[in-house]
Amino acid sequence: MARFTTRFGSLNDYEKGRVEVIDDEPHHYAFSNVFETASRSRPYEKVAVGKNRQYVLEAIRAEGTSDWRTCAHDEFALVMDGEVRIELAKVSDSQAPDPDSDGSVTLDGEPAGPPMGEVTARRGHMTLLPKGAAYRFHADTPGVILMQTIEGPDTIFKWAEIVQTTP
Amino acid sequence: MATTEAEPAVEIQSGEPNEAGYRPFQLGEFKFRRDDYFVYIDWPTGSHVMSADAFLKALQRDVAWDFFYGIVNFDGVIGTVNHYGTVDLFAGRYNDGYRKAELDHLENMPTPAIRETFKAMLDDWTNETFDPFASPDETGSAFGPKNGDNRRAITRHRVAAARMVGVEGDEQIRSDESGFPVNRHFTDVPQDEPEIRAEPGFEDELASFNLFAYLSRSDVTWNPSVVSVCKDSLFCPTTEEYILPIIHGNDRVEWFLQLSDEIYWDVEDRDSGQLRSKVVMKPGDVAAMPADIRHQGYAPKRSMLLVWENAAGDLPELISSGKLPTYPVEL
Repeated sequence: MARFTTRFGSLNDYEKGRVEVIDDEPHHYAFSNVFETASRSRPYEKVAVGKNRQYVLEAIRAEGTSDWRTCAHDEFALVMDGEVRIELAKVSDSQAPDPDSDGSVTLDGEPAGPPMGEVTARRGHMTLLPKGAAYRFHADTPGVILMQTIEGPDTIFKWAEIVQTTP
Repeated sequence: MATTEAEPAVEIQSGEPNEAGYRPFQLGEFKFRRDDYFVYIDWPTGSHVMSADAFLKALQRDVAWDFFYGIVNFDGVIGTVNHYGTVDLFAGRYNDGYRKAELDHLENMPTPAIRETFKAMLDDWTNETFDPFASPDETGSAFGPKNGDNRRAITRHRVAAARMVGVEGDEQIRSDESGFPVNRHFTDVPQDEPEIRAEPGFEDELASFNLFAYLSRSDVTWNPSVVSVCKDSLFCPTTEEYILPIIHGNDRVEWFLQLSDEIYWDVEDRDSGQLRSKVVMKPGDVAAMPADIRHQGYAPKRSMLLVWENAAGDLPELISSGKLPTYPVEL
C-alpha cells in the first residue's frame, strides 16, 4: 500500500483552512473555498472566488444543463469535482460576441453554426473554451468547475458571504 | 522587416577556484564565494553567510524565473527586486535591523549582467549530487568540495504555455515516455485523460488535458509554470514539498488555490519582515496574497498549488503609487 494519500476536495467532502491573523485584516486575503461556495450556489451561477483587476476565477456549481454561452476570448474550465460534459459549437455572425468584450455572455437560443464536438471532463481535467465558440455544460450529478476568465455581465460578486471576515 | 536586438555580451566577474574548487564571483560591490558548507556574501557595509544548499535552491529559482514578480528574498537579508529590465541586488534592504543601523546595501544592474553571473555561479557551485529543484528526500548533498556539475538539472526546460498545455504546437502533456514518471507522493492520482470527440474538421480546435495527472508527474518543487493563458491572466500551478526555498515579496496581488493536500504559509510585511498572518490552505481553499507582503510556504506532503498571476506590466507602478490598493477586493 502506498505510504502517501493525496487529498482532493469535493462538494461532499471538504475541510476549510483559515487565515490566522497576527497583524492584518482577514478580508485582505479574500479567503474562501470553491467547494463551500459552489455548495451554496444555484446551478451555473458564476461566483467570483478570485479577482485581479478585470480577471476573475469563478466557482461554478455544475448541475443539469447550462445555457449556451460564448466569449470573445479564450476561457478555461477546470473540473474540481464530478463529471461534466462540455458541448462546443460554432456561432453565426449575428451571434458572435463583440470582439472587444470581456467575459462570457448567454447565447440567445441555440448556436447557429455547426457542432464542433464535445469533451467529457472529470476531476482535474482542464478544457479550452476557444474564443468565439459557443459552449454549454451538462452534469448528471452536482460537480464544481473553476473558470479562468474575465469579469463579464454574469459574474456574481458576493465576497461578504464567502470570505473569512473575522480573525 | 522585423529585427531583433542582440543583448550585449556580459562580462562575468569571476576568479580562480579556491581550495575547495569553487570560483568566487563579483557583481558590482557584492562579492560571493562558497566553500564546502557555506556561501559568503560581502558588501561595503556588511557580510552574510548562508548554507550552500539553501543558497543554491534560492539561486536556482531566481535564475529559472528570470527574477519572477517582485522580490525574491534568499533569506531575511539577501535578495533581488525585479524591475523588468533591471534588477536590484540587495543586502538588508528589507530587514528592519539592517535598515535602522543603515547597514543595508542595494545596487541596481541590467538584467543580463545579474542573470549571466547568477547562471555561472549556479553552474559552478552545483555539484553532480545535488538538484536544487528537487525535494530534500529526492536529491543528494550540496556539500563538500567541488564534484562535477548537474547541468541537466539546473537548465531544465521552463514550461510556459502560450495558450494551454496540450494544444497543438504548445507545451505538451507529460508521460513516462517523455521522461516524467509519476512522483512517489502522487501514485494514487488518477491518470485518465478527458474524452474528446471532435466533429470532422474541428480536431485541432478542441483541447483538454488532465492537469492533476500532469502535475503528478512534475519533477520539480516550488516552481510555478504557466499552463493556461487568458490575456494577462496566467495559471501557474506547481507542486510543493518541504519549504519554499525563497521568501517571495509581492509587487502585485497574487492568488493561491490549493488543488490538493495542505500548505502552511507565513505571511510577513514585505518591507519590515514583521509577521502579519499565518494561512493554512486545504483542498479547494482560495487566498489572495496582498501586494505588500512576503510569504513562505511549508508543505508536509507534496501538494498541488495553483498560483494565479496577473502579468500586466503596469501593476507594480499602479500599486506602488497608491492608484491601486494592495489587497484585491472590497467587501
